[in-house]
Amino acid sequence: MTTETARAATSATRAPVWHHHDVLDLDDFAVDEIETVLQLADRMREVLDRRIARVPALRGYTVVNLFYEPSTRTRASFELAGKVLGADVISVTASTSSVVKGESLIDTVRTLRAMRADAIVMRHAMAGATYLAAEHTDASIINAGDGAHAHPTQALLDLYTMRRHVGDLRGKRVVMVGDIAHSRVARSDLWGLTAMGADVVVCGPPTLLPRGLRAADRPAHAEAALPPVTIEIDLDRALAGADVVMALRLQSERQEGGLLPSLHEYAQLYQVTEQRLARAKPNCLLMHPGPKNEGIEIAGSVAAGRNSIIEEQVTNGVAVRMALLYLLSGRTESPGGGAGGAPAVEVRP
Amino acid sequence: MTTLAIHNGRVIDPAQGRDGIADVVIVDGRIARVGPNEGDMVVEAERIDATGLIVTPGFIDLHTHLREPGFEYKETIATGTRAAARGGYTTVCAMPNTQPPLDSRAAVESVLREAEHSACVRVLPIGCITRGRAGRELAPAGELAMAGVVALSDDGDAVADPSLMRHALEYSTQFLLPVAQHCEDPQLVRDGQMHEGWVATRLGLRGRPASAEEIFVARDIALAEMSGAHLHICHVSTAGSVALIAAARARGTHVTAEVTPHHLTLTHEEVAFADDYRHLRYNTNAKVNPPLREEGDLAALAAALRDGVIDAVATDHAPHAAMDKEIEFDLAAPGLTMLETAFGLCMRLVHDGQLTLPTLIERMTIGPVRAWGLDRRPGLEGLGTLAPGALGDVAILDPHAEWTVDPATFASKGRNTLLAGRRLRGRVIATIYGGRLVYETERVVAL
Repeated sequence: MTTETARAATSATRAPVWHHHDVLDLDDFAVDEIETVLQLADRMREVLDRRIARVPALRGYTVVNLFYEPSTRTRASFELAGKVLGADVISVTASTSSVVKGESLIDTVRTLRAMRADAIVMRHAMAGATYLAAEHTDASIINAGDGAHAHPTQALLDLYTMRRHVGDLRGKRVVMVGDIAHSRVARSDLWGLTAMGADVVVCGPPTLLPRGLRAADRPAHAEAALPPVTIEIDLDRALAGADVVMALRLQSERQEGGLLPSLHEYAQLYQVTEQRLARAKPNCLLMHPGPKNEGIEIAGSVAAGRNSIIEEQVTNGVAVRMALLYLLSGRTESPGGGAGGAPAVEVRP
Repeated sequence: MTTLAIHNGRVIDPAQGRDGIADVVIVDGRIARVGPNEGDMVVEAERIDATGLIVTPGFIDLHTHLREPGFEYKETIATGTRAAARGGYTTVCAMPNTQPPLDSRAAVESVLREAEHSACVRVLPIGCITRGRAGRELAPAGELAMAGVVALSDDGDAVADPSLMRHALEYSTQFLLPVAQHCEDPQLVRDGQMHEGWVATRLGLRGRPASAEEIFVARDIALAEMSGAHLHICHVSTAGSVALIAAARARGTHVTAEVTPHHLTLTHEEVAFADDYRHLRYNTNAKVNPPLREEGDLAALAAALRDGVIDAVATDHAPHAAMDKEIEFDLAAPGLTMLETAFGLCMRLVHDGQLTLPTLIERMTIGPVRAWGLDRRPGLEGLGTLAPGALGDVAILDPHAEWTVDPATFASKGRNTLLAGRRLRGRVIATIYGGRLVYETERVVAL
């Protein structure tokens, strides 16, 4: 029995734990709640892989995708997650909604709730917008990305995908490379990974590393206010002994904003290449939250290489979002339908 | 003849070096006598018992946003001055970021006329440095001076062009007007939302670095030195700025400075955390420019206020309506309502031993008056003191009274306080403006 299956066997005997009404970030998730999501995602993945991937678990449950910022993959992923579970899913985008008429965010969210939306999946260009929404409605708010702040469903799918390959994350060296300062994915991943016991290294040029991430740059009383990570400017040193490498998308605005001299120089210093990966562990996994710029933050051969699990991240994203929608719905019948489905989830206030 | 006698309080009048039990007698709006048992010598007076209380000159605020004209939904001269009275203030200097901005004689006169009509304490207008506060050409400082402005400022927006700032300073010297600058380099703060540091990193909000303030403090000190003008630094917020101002004053540069109650006592953690570091919030009431900083800055600001490197406590009272604050953090208006909580909040420094009560009173009364030379102005002689003949403006305070801040009781239209539900120790008991009670609590006992 591997450690992974042993751990799964013991945790399966525990009642799943779930306290959340909203999913805004992973900073307020206990380890056992993350476990609940990951274990349920396994069952959801089974449903998703069926020939006819459709169950009625969320029939009558209404999910509204409220996207103030363009998105292809996250939005499609949530739509599919809802539809596989039989929920009613509609999508509202900023360009077609009354946002352009000056309707406030609070008004919009309350209006959607008045139409009996049960969950609102929200993406917004401004950090904290989802927190504002959650304060003013009793619909469940799922943060699908708020500015540079958080992207918790991406982090959960990253954890899930890593776990499927490397098992227990405790002591595993996970290296995140690139624009940490502006990355909501990085912020949420750092919470999730450190909660699960991974040793996290962030690597990027000084202009793309946020202030105060180093524990020494915070007062002693605030040590726990940010996740414990190692900061490394040099990519070769960062990659030494890595179990997982995640390259982050580099936005071309960073060059125009004067944060980088050129994309070419960035690629020279920080591109994840096969040659550099030689320093990592032999089966080091390669991940990317997408959409990726091959040839800039990641070499094409690496992205398509045998240790790349980038495409699997996308599939797992649907499963993880199914799990979250199901947990937030508060329903307790087996979502898989019949024997072999998910265990009933005990939902606590 | 109307007479008001305030009996048996501890009179703290830093301008006169007075600190002791005395009576204060105000006759026809002016201080008549101050001394032990002086109140017993007058007949037919309205009398207040101030036993166990502190009696000081009415507070003077160098930095108030009254919002009128143009933003009456946020505050008016009537509501803003009532808030001032509740805070112990009898004189407020009104910032010119109104609509229209106070960049013409007509605009300044309209404020003065409205104040005559609806204000319950003294309103001294501040004029714009540049036309329309646009930072492109000088506003007519001479015309503004004649209309009665007491300083020039484009507050909220720094004059970014160094050449224009130089000329503004040079030009101001002929009118003896201080040029009050909101020091933050707009290119360095760009669309920053809060202090750049670990809390901003946690929240994913863009930062406004301390260096953005310090660069403009250093630059404007250099420009003040070359022009011989009077530079006033608004709401100093960083330890680095304090060091620059201290060095400039040691060289004899004419630079004065103010600090707000919130920059003295609250850190950037207010934006994100209520109880613990696990649960996050985006508290738009903690959004203010310059932003709330770090512990080290607070300590440096308190020391500078104690040592006189900073002349005055100024509130930067910035009332906003709910619709300006209950929105996305990036879109929320900066600033917080402060007049009614300023004394109680500043008393924290007295209670924890960083400042003596007489020093705090100095920085809220004669400190700001001297910083801007307000008592040189006709009709304002004796402002900020309780000397015989001075204006009959008095605050009566209880430094030990504990109270809970309840925005619903504010006279200000702005409910955008960070202190809702919090306990403050130190309370304004009554405010007297020109010999008349303009604010009194149930603690006021008539004799």
